[in-house]
Amino acid sequence: MSGLEIDNISMRFDLVNGTSVQALKDVTLTLKPGELMSVLGPSGCGKTTLLNIVAGFLAPTGGQIMLNGRVVRGPDAERGMVFQQGALFEWMDVRQNVGFGPSMKNMPKAEKAGIVDHLLDVVGLQGFKDKAVYELSGGMQQRVALARCLANDPDVILMDEPLGALDALTREKMQSLVLKLWKETGKTIILITHSVEEALLLGERLIVMAPRPGRIHKEYRLPFAEMGVDADLREVKKHPEYTSTREEILNMIWNMEEEIMGRSEDAS
Amino acid sequence: MIPFVIYTVIFIAAYYIVHNVVRRAGRSTDYTSLKTVTFGDESAVSPDRTASVISILSIFVLWGMFTGSVLLPSFLHAPGPFKGIATFEYTAETPDGARDTATVTVLVHPHGQEVSPPEIEPGDGWANNDSATISIWRSGLIRVDKNDALGRKDGARITQVNGQAIEPGGTVMTEFGRVGMSPKGTLNFVPTKGWQMEPIWLPSPEAVATRLAEIATEGFRGSTLWQHLGYSLMRVVVGFFFGAMVGIPLGYAMGLSNWFRGWFDPIVEFMRPVPPLALIPLVIIWAGIGETGKIILLFLAALWIMAIAARAGVSGVNISKVHAAYSLGASKAQIMRYVIVPNSLPEIFTGARVAMGVCWGTVVAAELVAAEKGAGMMIMVASKFQNTDIVIMGIILIGVIGFGIDMLMRWAERTMVPWKGKA
Ligand SMILES: Nc1ncnc2c1ncn2[C@@H]1O[C@H](COP(=O)(O)OP(=O)(O)OP(=O)(O)O)[C@@H](O)[C@H]1O
Ligand SMILES: [Mg+2]
Repeated sequence: MSGLEIDNISMRFDLVNGTSVQALKDVTLTLKPGELMSVLGPSGCGKTTLLNIVAGFLAPTGGQIMLNGRVVRGPDAERGMVFQQGALFEWMDVRQNVGFGPSMKNMPKAEKAGIVDHLLDVVGLQGFKDKAVYELSGGMQQRVALARCLANDPDVILMDEPLGALDALTREKMQSLVLKLWKETGKTIILITHSVEEALLLGERLIVMAPRPGRIHKEYRLPFAEMGVDADLREVKKHPEYTSTREEILNMIWNMEEEIMGRSEDAS
Repeated sequence: MIPFVIYTVIFIAAYYIVHNVVRRAGRSTDYTSLKTVTFGDESAVSPDRTASVISILSIFVLWGMFTGSVLLPSFLHAPGPFKGIATFEYTAETPDGARDTATVTVLVHPHGQEVSPPEIEPGDGWANNDSATISIWRSGLIRVDKNDALGRKDGARITQVNGQAIEPGGTVMTEFGRVGMSPKGTLNFVPTKGWQMEPIWLPSPEAVATRLAEIATEGFRGSTLWQHLGYSLMRVVVGFFFGAMVGIPLGYAMGLSNWFRGWFDPIVEFMRPVPPLALIPLVIIWAGIGETGKIILLFLAALWIMAIAARAGVSGVNISKVHAAYSLGASKAQIMRYVIVPNSLPEIFTGARVAMGVCWGTVVAAELVAAEKGAGMMIMVASKFQNTDIVIMGIILIGVIGFGIDMLMRWAERTMVPWKGKA
């Protein structure tokens, strides 16, 4: 069976003081190949934890992850990750960063150079391939990170707030780029974000998570990603359903946040 | 005190001159002058190179001023010591009130010169004229009544110098220096010393330069200058090399393995605060004063610094870099080679720079204690013989080499780890 199955995942962190945190409880999801899913939720609801478990950086305390019918037991090149920032290798130039995955597989030089060149074209950094990564702007660095992930040709791409540190304009351009790449490559993508707008635009499916314990609160199926592939994102945002869904989700998250605040006030 | 005041005056004067006179001509509004927040922003303060140059120059000028250097025009010199013929008069009095006056002529000559007292006429009266020699910066007893017709055994006493009354224990200032009287009634003369430093305390710059040229060509204590410096440098390089060869792998092991970390943590944490200088006696007992002992000492000095730097480099890796490498398909060995090691290089270079500095200081100190060759040995032996010029020359050379080592390490850092501090 192909696709990504998140099967009944629970995660409990035991703290040094003897107590424990239930970061995730019974999360179950199935993603078909090529699905684009965005994840929203108040801070601390376990989004990063879930992504780290899918990536294989963390072993869940319950449940399992299956990809293409095989159980995930650790990080692997079939699941690529794009971090918020700081994960590029600054001792390598742009070309070496993008070619890191192929190099690790000892891919022949010529073949690797072809992949790297192609991807730098795709993300629009052809002129920067010999630059050091610390000489690039934040937006350019995230494009390098995307290209580096794609160079490995993973089945699933996991993104944890990849655009969180960018300014509004750069962010919008990057959102279009993500949609374009999704359509062209047909990858399965999970994208965590704090921005409701971004979640609406970059999710065929949108998951809203609730905290304590982290769980799936509500799921949407949305047409905007498909629309945004060849339309201007600002046009998409004028769609009446977009506006109404945005209000609905914002209210939902507000209520959750208030509940959290109320609960911690009770506690104190 | 006076040199300090002069230095402060130069500091302030140079500031005003450079800012108000020199810079006024070419003033333009640059970005710095438009910055509103400059306080506490490190990039806003960059060294003014004019100030650096003036600062160095004024140290040399001060040095020259107070040593009477020939490199400076003489009107800049601080008043020097008196040199030449000094005279003063004394008046003796017998118990029955008879007085007579005579002149004392003193030749004040440079130290170490063979001179004879100036020829003088005995003069009239029962008190005869005297002559004596004293070398510059020194003082001398002058038994002026020794050649008088009526001397101390006749009850005559000296009561005046240059017409001013003097009694045992008192002094009189003359044009050429101070005349004092001992409790027993003997005169002593201290020629004016001026404000300059005696060469034995502080030789002039040209004396140091001459000595440098002399030692560079003739050597010192059976070795050439280059051998002395070369030996010190060689010890540092060898000691540092072995320290790094052992320390870096040890630091990596401590950064990667709980067992290594636990095993070596107490040792490293204990040895780190022990100054290498404190190990000198033990190393001398164990390994003697030869090369082995010195290299062991420097090895130990470098070892802990390098181990700690490597450990910090490994533990300081951003976990998302390691995660990224894993999800790009890297194996553990590949992560070690392509992520952990390069990521630790900036820390290791910083450690190396510190270690080289510490080693250089330690080797000089160790040579001060015991050595047959080396920069430290050179200045220690020179100081025993009061060869202040060699001591100062040695200190300057040690400073220059230390500075050179630091510059070299910085350069290596810039070229080998250009991404340092840019993450
Ligand atoms: N290594 C850990 N040890 C202990 N507790 C942890 C650990 N990692 C996460 N947690 C806890 O698990 C919960 C979920 O954390 P997680 O980082 O997944 O939240 P998040 O949804 O990504 O939040 P944010 O939106 O702020 O990034 C939090 O309560 C957090 O304190
Ligand atoms: Mg998170």
